[in-house]
Amino acid sequence: MKVLVPLKRVADPDNANKIKLAPNGAAVDTTGLEWKMNPFDEYALEAALRLTENGKAPKQRLGEVVVVTLGPKECEQTLRSALATGADRAIRVDASDDALDGRLVAHALKSIVLAEKPDVVLLGKQAVDGDSNQVGQRLAELLDWPMATFAATIREEQGALLVGREVDGGVLTLRVRLPAVVTVDLRIVAPTSVYSLHTDAAAHKYGEGVRFAPLPAIMAAKKKPLDTKTLAELAPGVALTTKTLKFEKPAARSAGVKVKDVSELVDKLMNVSKVL
Amino acid sequence: MPHALVVAEIADDGKPKKATLAAISFAKKALPAVGGSFSILVLGGAAKAAAQELAGYGAAKVLVCEDPSLAKYTAEAYAPTVAEAGKGFALVVATATSQGKDLMPRVAARLDAAYAGDCADVAVEGGALRYKRPMYAGNTFGTVELTTPVHVATARQSEFEAAQPSGGSSPIEAFAKVAPGAAAGRVDVVSFDTVKSERPELTEARVVVSGGRALKEQFFQVLEPLAQAIGAAIGASRAAVDAGYAPGDYQVGQTGKIVAPELYVAIGISGAIQHIAGMKSSKVIVAINKDAEAPIFQIADYGLVADLFQAVPALTAELKKRRPAG
Repeated sequence: MKVLVPLKRVADPDNANKIKLAPNGAAVDTTGLEWKMNPFDEYALEAALRLTENGKAPKQRLGEVVVVTLGPKECEQTLRSALATGADRAIRVDASDDALDGRLVAHALKSIVLAEKPDVVLLGKQAVDGDSNQVGQRLAELLDWPMATFAATIREEQGALLVGREVDGGVLTLRVRLPAVVTVDLRIVAPTSVYSLHTDAAAHKYGEGVRFAPLPAIMAAKKKPLDTKTLAELAPGVALTTKTLKFEKPAARSAGVKVKDVSELVDKLMNVSKVL
Repeated sequence: MPHALVVAEIADDGKPKKATLAAISFAKKALPAVGGSFSILVLGGAAKAAAQELAGYGAAKVLVCEDPSLAKYTAEAYAPTVAEAGKGFALVVATATSQGKDLMPRVAARLDAAYAGDCADVAVEGGALRYKRPMYAGNTFGTVELTTPVHVATARQSEFEAAQPSGGSSPIEAFAKVAPGAAAGRVDVVSFDTVKSERPELTEARVVVSGGRALKEQFFQVLEPLAQAIGAAIGASRAAVDAGYAPGDYQVGQTGKIVAPELYVAIGISGAIQHIAGMKSSKVIVAINKDAEAPIFQIADYGLVADLFQAVPALTAELKKRRPAG
């Protein structure tokens, strides 16, 4: 199985409270913010690794994972960390962060998919900076491939994936025949969420969350192949069609009062706010 | 020529989903920029009943596409028809339900249109549409301009009033299904396991009781009696979902469900911005947390600093005592 994992470098969402806006709200000021891999993409990478191994012997790779990102040179750090975690090869498409939108990214990824011919494209359901939630769906349509968005579980079958999606009101299970696009949600990194055909699901439970790269792997990752491509060759003539004109802080909600006990709380809810 | 197209969603009972009414309100707000009227598209295996009901909302037309192959929703089967119907419109909009978020970017790609997802507002500025979207986990709102001839958008349900019936009856027209591409033949709906719950649906409930990681394995044991006592839906923080104490579709937050009930009770939730982005439009917010410094208290109307394992059962008992049964 060959898996392509498009991933994005974002301002660390755990530092999100520190996000500042430039004067007039013209831009998000990212100075001083730490960059890290978009968490949903990190989960997609973990799922890709699980799909290309026997969980009992993860050191022996049984497939190929190619990671790709669009962005400036600094993004290569993010690709190197993905290589250290277990990905085999990386591709960086040179672009400046503010000259990208979901439509352009999907077109560029389509060209990469046509060249790389993966069985699965696995990516986060959204990046936690723009929160657009569109690239996976767009890519699937451009390729005329089936897709499963917001995946919580993936079970590999012969030539297909059985994907559990957490949707409004329950879990919808789809079977997508390969090649396909899958976008992942939080739960994809739970211990029993993803199994390849090589892993005995009854006998193996993964650790909670994503794996971390041991130090020797971080060193070895420096020698793994990392190619560079340009937007001009991958998405010629595709212009930007989405522009964020201004940013603003959400309206603040002010703190109310502290109540001393349950009885006072019920008083307030029944007699002051009258919501009960 | 109508200039905005609302893509409706049908509930299991064959009626339009209430969520669709938010997309109608969105379209109405956009009309000054795109033309005088909007139409509605209804697709499904049986769509006539929903179309009848939606004909009462003032649309220029209600387009109905009924076909057995559309009985079970997949984006692959729906997108070609929605995109075909959307041609010639300036705006194609649905509500940002899990179906809307799945389908509409695919429709956008087919129309080669730019997409604005999960919009909290839409405005007209200098004759052009401006979409206000939450970004950075709810830390900022961006005002977005799209420059393709057709725009595709989804509306955040909690930010738009449900459209009211306007009387009258829109003409209902059949719309022919467009044969889907190869993708539709390579995806099958295997099953849909609904979460068996007597609780109301999270995004539509009048009261929501949400729990955090502090509840541990006793998540439901503590919350269920309270939710039952006040007819509330149950939600969860991302941390509680991450830890496996609550199912994924319970998650309230920027990357989960967006809710705006009359009353939101946050129990053992510290108040990460990610979570607040999903519930801050609630009318009244109550926070119960033993950490007096928890950020949730900065946005709560009523805060109770207490150990939740004592406070929640006490609150449940007090409510049962003071409120008439039912």
